[in-house]
Amino acid sequence: MSKKANKTPEQQQYEQLEQKHELKRPVMKNCIRAFWVGGLICVVGQAITYFYIYRFDFTEQTAGNPTVATMIFLSMLLTGFGVYDRLGQFAGAGSAVPVTGFGNAVISAAIEHRTEGFVLGVGGNMFKLAGAVILFGVFSAFVVALIKTLLIMWGVI
Amino acid sequence: MLKGKQSWVFENRPVIAAAGVSGGPFEANGNLAEDFDVLHDDLWMGEDSYEKAHRVLLEEAGQTALNKANIQKEDVQFYIAGDLINQITPSSLSARTIQIPYFGIFGACSTSMEGLALASFIVNYRGADYVLTGASSHNAAVEKQFRYPTEYGGQKPPTAQWTVTGAGAALVTSKPSGQNLPFTTSATIGKVIDMGLTDPFNMGGAMAPAAADTITAHFKDMQLDPSHYDLIVTGDLGRIGQETAYELLTNNGLKIDRERFKDCGLMIYKDDQPVQSGGSGAGCSAAVLYGHLLNQLKQGTYRRILVVATGALLSPLTFQQSESIPCIAHAVSIEMT
Repeated sequence: MSKKANKTPEQQQYEQLEQKHELKRPVMKNCIRAFWVGGLICVVGQAITYFYIYRFDFTEQTAGNPTVATMIFLSMLLTGFGVYDRLGQFAGAGSAVPVTGFGNAVISAAIEHRTEGFVLGVGGNMFKLAGAVILFGVFSAFVVALIKTLLIMWGVI
Repeated sequence: MLKGKQSWVFENRPVIAAAGVSGGPFEANGNLAEDFDVLHDDLWMGEDSYEKAHRVLLEEAGQTALNKANIQKEDVQFYIAGDLINQITPSSLSARTIQIPYFGIFGACSTSMEGLALASFIVNYRGADYVLTGASSHNAAVEKQFRYPTEYGGQKPPTAQWTVTGAGAALVTSKPSGQNLPFTTSATIGKVIDMGLTDPFNMGGAMAPAAADTITAHFKDMQLDPSHYDLIVTGDLGRIGQETAYELLTNNGLKIDRERFKDCGLMIYKDDQPVQSGGSGAGCSAAVLYGHLLNQLKQGTYRRILVVATGALLSPLTFQQSESIPCIAHAVSIEMT
C-alpha cells in the first residue's frame, strides 16, 4: 500500500483511466478450468498409485514416491514436447499446483539454459524458478516440525 | 533543423532506398506474412541458440535491404541497430558480421524509430550517403531474459503481449537510385514518461502515456493537425495501450480519426492467434513498418504516415527492485511524393 501513497496525483489519475481499458483476468472461468484440469491430473496420479499397488509390491504408504516420479516423468515429456506451457495457459493453477507443475518449472528452466552449457547453464539455472519453492518449503516444514516436537515434549499433544 | 521543442525537420528528404524484413514461424502464420522477405519455419533458424538466431534475423533483414537497393556494404557509411537483449549483443554481433561502422542504440521497442530518426538526421546533413538502420527481437530469446523459460507453464493474463520474432532494416540515403521512394520528413524524440505502472504483463498500459506525449509534442512542434496524416501508427501498444492512448490524445485535444489510428502489434497477427493483447518487441514496429507499411505507401494506400514506436525501458532487475516502468516513444513521419 505504501507504493500507492508514493504516486503523484497524475499517476493515480492515469491509473484510473488505464483501468477502464484493462482486460481483466476471467477469474471464474480460470477457477473452473483449474478445478477440472487439476482434478484430472490428480485422477491420473491416483490411477498410477493403484497401478503400483496392484501390479507391484507397493502399499498405500509406499506407492507415493514412484507415483510422484512417474508424474514428473510425464510432465518432463509434455514439457519437452512443448505441450505443458499450452496446458498451463489454459488451466493456470490447475496445472501449476500439482507436482507436475513443479516438475515443469525445473525442466523448462533446464531446457532453456541448455545453450549455456551443462554446468553454468543447466546446473546453474535449473532451480531458478523452483529454488524458492524448495527453500521455503523445506524451511516451513522445519518450522512446523519444530513446533510439533516442542508441543509433544511439553505434553500438549 | 530543429523545429519546436523536440522535433527535427528533414528538409533534404532522406529516402528509404530499400528495406528488408525477416520473421519467424509465428509471423509466417500471421496477418502480414506476404510482406516479409524472409520467413523461417523454425525458431532456431539453423543456429544452436536463440540468441544466435536473433542475430541471424537482423543480418538477413539488413542484407536483404542492401540487395534490394543493389548497394554493397562497403558503400554504407554507418549502421545503427538495437534490440532488447542484454548489452544489445545480437545487434553488435550482426555489426561484427557486416563490418559497417556501427552505432548500437537501446530504446527497447522504440529502437526502430530511434534508429530511423538518427539515420535520417545523419543523411539529411550529409553525414553519410547511406545509413543502414534496423531493430529486431526474437520471442524465445527475449522471453528468456525478461520473463520465464519458454516451456514454463505459467498462465499469462489477458493484458500480456507476444514478443515478435522478426527484424526490419532500412537503407536511408541522400542518393536515391529510383523514383517514387518513401522519404522521411520529420522526427519527434520523446522523453521518458513514467506513470507509475508496475505490471510487466501490461506493457501497453504503461507505454500509452509516452505515446500520447510524443504524438502531442509532434503536432505542437510541427504545428500540424492530425488529419495531415493518412495513418498514425503506434509500435506495440496492443489492445489496452492503444485504447488508452487514444483516450489520452482525445483528452489532450487532438481529434484523430479512430480509423486512422492503428497499432503494429495489432496488425501483425491474426485474431485467432493466441497473443493476448497483441504483438510487442523491438522487431514488431520494425517488421511492420519496413515490410507492410512501406509496401502500402508504395501502392498508394497511404501518402503520409506517422510511425510512433513505443518502448518500455525496464529490466528484470528494476522490476524486482520495485521500480515502476519508465517508457518512451519516438515518432518519424514518412511520405510519398
